[in-house]
Amino acid sequence: MADILECIDLSSADVRSAPIPERAVGLMEWVAAAEALGRDTVELMGLWASRRGVHMALRRPGTGRLGLLTYPTDSSFPSVGRHHAAAQRPERAIRDIYGFVAEGAPDLRPWLDHGRLGVHHPPGTATPVMEMPAYDFLPAEGESLHQVPVGPIHAGIIEPGHFRFTAQGETVVRLEERLGYAHKGIGSLLRGAPIARGTMLAGRTSGDSTVAYAWAFSQAVEAAHGMTVPDRALWLRGLMAELERLANHLGDIGAICNDAAFAMMHAHCGVLRERVLRAADAVFGHRLMQDMIRPGGVARDLRADGAALVSDLLGDIRARFGALVRLYDNSPSLLDRTVGTGRLSPDLAARFAAGGFVGRASGRAFDARRGLPYGPYDRLAFDVPCRSDGDVNARIWIRIEEVRQSLALVEQILDSLPAGPVFADLPEGGSGAMGLGLVEGFRGDILAWIEIGPEGTIAEGYLRDPSWFQWPLLEAAIEGNIIADFPLCNKSFNCSYSGHDL
Amino acid sequence: MRRLLLEGLLRGPLGEPLAREEAAERDALGSKLVRATRHVLGRSLSIREVDAGSCNGCELEINALSNAFYDLERFGLRFVASPRHADVLLVTGPVTRNMAEALQRAYDATPAPKWVVAAGDCAIDGGCFAGSYAVQGGVSAVMHVDLKIPGCPPRPSALLRGLVELMEGRSND
Ligand code: SF4
Repeated sequence: MADILECIDLSSADVRSAPIPERAVGLMEWVAAAEALGRDTVELMGLWASRRGVHMALRRPGTGRLGLLTYPTDSSFPSVGRHHAAAQRPERAIRDIYGFVAEGAPDLRPWLDHGRLGVHHPPGTATPVMEMPAYDFLPAEGESLHQVPVGPIHAGIIEPGHFRFTAQGETVVRLEERLGYAHKGIGSLLRGAPIARGTMLAGRTSGDSTVAYAWAFSQAVEAAHGMTVPDRALWLRGLMAELERLANHLGDIGAICNDAAFAMMHAHCGVLRERVLRAADAVFGHRLMQDMIRPGGVARDLRADGAALVSDLLGDIRARFGALVRLYDNSPSLLDRTVGTGRLSPDLAARFAAGGFVGRASGRAFDARRGLPYGPYDRLAFDVPCRSDGDVNARIWIRIEEVRQSLALVEQILDSLPAGPVFADLPEGGSGAMGLGLVEGFRGDILAWIEIGPEGTIAEGYLRDPSWFQWPLLEAAIEGNIIADFPLCNKSFNCSYSGHDL
Repeated sequence: MRRLLLEGLLRGPLGEPLAREEAAERDALGSKLVRATRHVLGRSLSIREVDAGSCNGCELEINALSNAFYDLERFGLRFVASPRHADVLLVTGPVTRNMAEALQRAYDATPAPKWVVAAGDCAIDGGCFAGSYAVQGGVSAVMHVDLKIPGCPPRPSALLRGLVELMEGRSND
């Protein structure tokens, strides 16, 4: 048996430029990989199923190398979750959707299947639905404990999900999440879909990250074809992705403060966010820049005065953002709510390989733009901010720093935008080739995996939202906090429901 | 903070750097809306938003209605936390099977008279998720819909305009 670490040997250039080799492994190697995950010598980047079996994407933190293991099966596989907690929900989802059972798994409860789909394992064995017992929430017993169920519909305008709090007085002793309400069956819709439709679905997996998703999906298709994308297209993708990051971070900074009843930040940040969206609309013709990135390049070039418009936007944000940061930093009543609240330990962030501001506020510095570089970021200068205090305040500061970095990145992109075409036709053929994409969205790294099918289709695809490895950590971060601080903690994580529920 | 507050006072309402047309359209929309809502419900209309499994793109634009540019509360429109306080259910998403019951319960909890607005292509007919085993395929698959606002996602200005149309339709009754 080869040392499992040797199977994780793909450099960023390998993953980015060529089909990803399938490494089918047997029981021993699969279990060895699960144990390596349990020892934290490797990180889990994704765990999903296809008709080929179960796939596991792994990363070695020290070397930055990636590997993709496949355990061929049509019924069961050895549980990874029994060694590595972050694998438990993905395993439950695999069982719900495909019917592949994780043997020895510590948690066999359904996850995305709420017993309402009409069938079990829809794209798998598709067995008719049986009466499903009520969901078994984890017990919480003790004197003077009470439970507060919240959702799936929440008080604000947010996505659906259920939270079950067990509290002692005001203090949360356990939060249990129940997700899956936004499950749309994207995996089965991707099966056999023409590439263009696949791109469209990818861009609607989590609307706030539509650019990053379309990019990750496109990367996967381009890698499977081993094709090169024109430089100008890469630069424009970078421009869109940074505008998306700016819009989301600005919105989040305001919304987190709003959940601490500090409406002024919300109002001012909301104005800046709207300005970003309007600039995106003017330049690319869509406020969220949906459907702009597609395999081969981008759908449209910058309009003639586009660079000037974006540059005005930069000036506008720079003129106002500094005062807002000072307002945040000089408002003790606000800091009183954010400092020390919802603390996530660096240890847990590392174990779950949490990406984005959740990871980077808790000492895990990984950023796909740096850790597994892709164009144009391999030719741009930027910093990846990282802290280790891990509270709501830290997650706000990471966003603040990233806003500054994005402003600088957009400026560099405008200054050095190469001329040339923005699209190259996809080569034909390639059926059976697999490709991996990894893009840093505003909330963390999005992983896309596809297998090319016949005649310009994709055989199968999978999109892994960063939230898979952040949602479970919210349960840990809220422990010992008061229920009233939950909205604040939740917003500071801002996990995607739709991206997770697929 | 004092400087920001003072600036806010002196600067007045937000300018419209992008397009006068859009500003003009919004003001026109605004005054129509004021007349219409007064006719039906006095001065205000309370909206309960329900995400029935959207991709969250629609929510982003619905949230934008509260920013200083659209500021929907000027028109007597406001979002409420409970369906029991609502006149309108503003529904997004293809209505996933996992959300159908929650949506129905929110509807049942809303006192009459009530209206249902399907916002976004998904809410209208399932959008690009139509045909999946996991979705009902739009709001009208599960309840009567009074108004459909297309778009993926609908622009905030389209959402505002849509609400006006709803109110005007009602006021003709
Ligand atoms: S209409 Fe578009 S933006 Fe709205 S939920 Fe559907 S896919 Fe998302």
